[in-house]
Amino acid sequence: MHSRASLGLRIAAVGGLLFLHLPILLIFVYAFTTEDKSYQWPPPGYTLDWFSVAWNRPDVWQALSLSLKVAAISTAIAMILGTLCAAAVARSKFFGREVISLLVILPIALPGIITGISLRSAFNIADIPFSFWTIVLGHATFCIVVVYNNAVARFRRTSGSLVEASMDLGATYFQTLRHVILPNIATALLAGGMLAFALSFDEVIVTTFTAGQQQTLPIWMLEELVRPRQRPVTNVVAMVVVIVTFLPILGAYYLTRGTETVAGQGK
Amino acid sequence: MAEALAARVSDGLWRRPGLLLLLLVVPPLLWLGIVYLGSLFALLAQSFFSIDEFSGLVKHEFTLKTYGELFRASNFDILVRTILMASAVTIGAAIVAFPIAYYAARYARGRWKAVFYLGIMLPLWSSYLVKVYSWKLILAKEGILNWLFETLHLSWVLNAYLAIPGIGGNSLSVSWTGTFLVFLYVWLPFMILPVQAALERVPPSMLEASGDLGAKPGQTLRYVVLPLALPGIIAGSIFTFSLTMGDYIIPQIVGTSARMIGQAVYQFQGTAGNIPLAAAFAVVPIAVMGVYLTVAKRMGAFDAL
Amino acid sequence: MTSAVTFNAVSRHYGKVRAVDRVTLDIAPGEFFALLGPSGSGKTTCLRLIAGFEQPTSGTISIFGQDATLTPPYRRPVNTVFQDYALFPHLSVEDNVAYGLMIAGEDKDERRRKAHEALELVALSGFGARKPSELSGGQRQRVALARALVMQPKVLLLDEPLGALDLKLREQMQGELKSLQRQLGITFVFVTHDQGEALSMSDRIAVFNEGRIWQIGSPAEVYDRPETPFVADFVGSSNVLPPEMVSGLTGVSAPASLRPEAITLGSGELKGKVLSHAFIGAATRIEVAVPRTTLNVLVAKDKPVPPIGSEVSLDWSRDALHIMERADG
Repeated sequence: MHSRASLGLRIAAVGGLLFLHLPILLIFVYAFTTEDKSYQWPPPGYTLDWFSVAWNRPDVWQALSLSLKVAAISTAIAMILGTLCAAAVARSKFFGREVISLLVILPIALPGIITGISLRSAFNIADIPFSFWTIVLGHATFCIVVVYNNAVARFRRTSGSLVEASMDLGATYFQTLRHVILPNIATALLAGGMLAFALSFDEVIVTTFTAGQQQTLPIWMLEELVRPRQRPVTNVVAMVVVIVTFLPILGAYYLTRGTETVAGQGK
Repeated sequence: MAEALAARVSDGLWRRPGLLLLLLVVPPLLWLGIVYLGSLFALLAQSFFSIDEFSGLVKHEFTLKTYGELFRASNFDILVRTILMASAVTIGAAIVAFPIAYYAARYARGRWKAVFYLGIMLPLWSSYLVKVYSWKLILAKEGILNWLFETLHLSWVLNAYLAIPGIGGNSLSVSWTGTFLVFLYVWLPFMILPVQAALERVPPSMLEASGDLGAKPGQTLRYVVLPLALPGIIAGSIFTFSLTMGDYIIPQIVGTSARMIGQAVYQFQGTAGNIPLAAAFAVVPIAVMGVYLTVAKRMGAFDAL
Repeated sequence: MTSAVTFNAVSRHYGKVRAVDRVTLDIAPGEFFALLGPSGSGKTTCLRLIAGFEQPTSGTISIFGQDATLTPPYRRPVNTVFQDYALFPHLSVEDNVAYGLMIAGEDKDERRRKAHEALELVALSGFGARKPSELSGGQRQRVALARALVMQPKVLLLDEPLGALDLKLREQMQGELKSLQRQLGITFVFVTHDQGEALSMSDRIAVFNEGRIWQIGSPAEVYDRPETPFVADFVGSSNVLPPEMVSGLTGVSAPASLRPEAITLGSGELKGKVLSHAFIGAATRIEVAVPRTTLNVLVAKDKPVPPIGSEVSLDWSRDALHIMERADG
């Protein structure tokens, strides 16, 4: 084997990475442009004004606050359900194990629009009015898989005899949970929770079907994309969203680094 | 008191190991079973109803009429168009993803490994809408891509390309090429990760063995690396295909006025109020993915997930 | 005297698989007892039944006279040294050793003192602050041992404790375990698939196969007077002579075992042809084809080794041939 990659491969690989990142970087430049009527490149000038304009927009704050609340509650629910599922699947071989892992992955494997329209028609049939909780219901459902993926990987890596060792040394199930299981899966859970938070904070496809008139930040952005009102404010918000989602992703990476890969395929 | 109770519960759980498992499984199963599967069945049921042509109300009687409507020329076009786009995006993603995945799996070491890992994870997890929005900026008439072609005095190339019927259009942002590019961009990380995972599992000694047996690097790639990467590519294609088929936002923001399945579902259930037809449309991706997953499973793609 | 561990017709079934099948067993207090057998023979399941990680499908288990069949592991006066050691990765060595004391609610100073003592016992004083991941395999094994011993168990269970160690370390640990057991006077129950280990360390051995015990006895009994062809073959790879050959030699139609080292070359009525040689250090093992079977013969270092293909005569003393009345199964 050659110890170095051929030039062509290196160009294709680095080019691919640039293709993935340059568009996001472009957002950062546009957040400072003075042009407010079009997407003119290169920007005619640079300014910080739009940050204060965006800061003073109550609709942006409302959307942001709703998104954060939804993400927090959905993440909490997903962490509980995902961990339970992971514990059951990783710990024992039982009939229906495969069915459970399939069921957990399904809300992500099927296109979001299907989850969305399914939930909506179920709400219609059951006569449930749209509310904060209808959004959470949808988000928690597809966030379970992210927590599950992280937790199941850690459970598998944590030797099953640890639980037996703890009980052998006199600990009941609850003491074992507190002193052995939780300390060992804590970072994986936290990483899963962060990714679930990022996923929920960013979700738009399912949300449009479960939100009714409420605006989460992604829905606010979607409106701006379809019918732009004040482009520079959208630019600023887009940049803030990028930064807000990068933080939990980086956090999750550092928490699970060197142990296992962050289960990103499960998104 | 509480401790004694905990100890007694613990004893009970030890005596009946099945009970512990049941307690673990039931809450998530109830949630997913009721919230998710229940909704899916609600949707499926709707697709067997039809809409009354005069009153515009849903008739709650079993009929296959709604599915029949899918085959009307205008609706069938939507299906064909969507599946063609999903296939094109999948193939494009596989081609762009392979070198990145191959380099990351085989050559990147130490710090570069981390750079590649984060370099794939960050775009994967970063905001979908922001990613779409960035392409709206790029493809705009006054945007960076046109500016680039102008600065390089290559505008004629772009114009010649846009003149091609089908894939061209007035500008990139209202052409199928634009839609394709955005899809490719947004779903690319979903292809890279499983391909990389598949390639990570190929031991370097296998490539040495191929070279040792006289294969040139190109032949090793063709006869050893690609077949071993195939399960990863198929695993990735599950995502790119499924996600493209169900998306209704990207073609709405960048592309022509011709609709894809996602948009049709959205419109039929929303403004048109024809929920049965929307449901029937939504069943198509489920069916296509069902077939796709069955084939993929046979080819061993799930090991690469 | 009450037994340390008693199994009364204990079975453990997984669906249709009978991992342990009507095992009855008595382990005396202070005994070094080995459960020996190939993998899947039920020996590990037996150990787990004593520890309480498994519950019998039928039968009863008692520990020092107390019925423990329905007692969860955290209430049994036994502790386990796990095959993979099962050290808690998030705790330091000292906290690992003190874990059981912490759960039992002992105060901090007492925990520290006892943990130090236990670590001293296994020659690891000064390692308390390290994490298990910073230790070598042999050191981890000692920590696992200290963690179990600090609980002052009435019975110590060891699940292939030496399996992961290299040969040199294994031999050293065999000696140390044996002297530790003598020093502490605790009952040791020890699972192994290595017959050499079982023979050299234990007071008594139970030979397992297919979920059942085929023979219980002292190492000498099991080695010299195997009761079944399986035991003869598994413990010390004895030659098992088929019944028709034995009846020709002695008049009794039953299988018989014959140790390779009991056969001498040179004189004797039985003739055979040398098939192969294998040098095994202290001796050379040769395979000799005789009518109806092939025999392994050990040729000591100071004796000449007959060349392959040559004709040899075989002989042995009368009591070396051990007739096995019980057949397998």
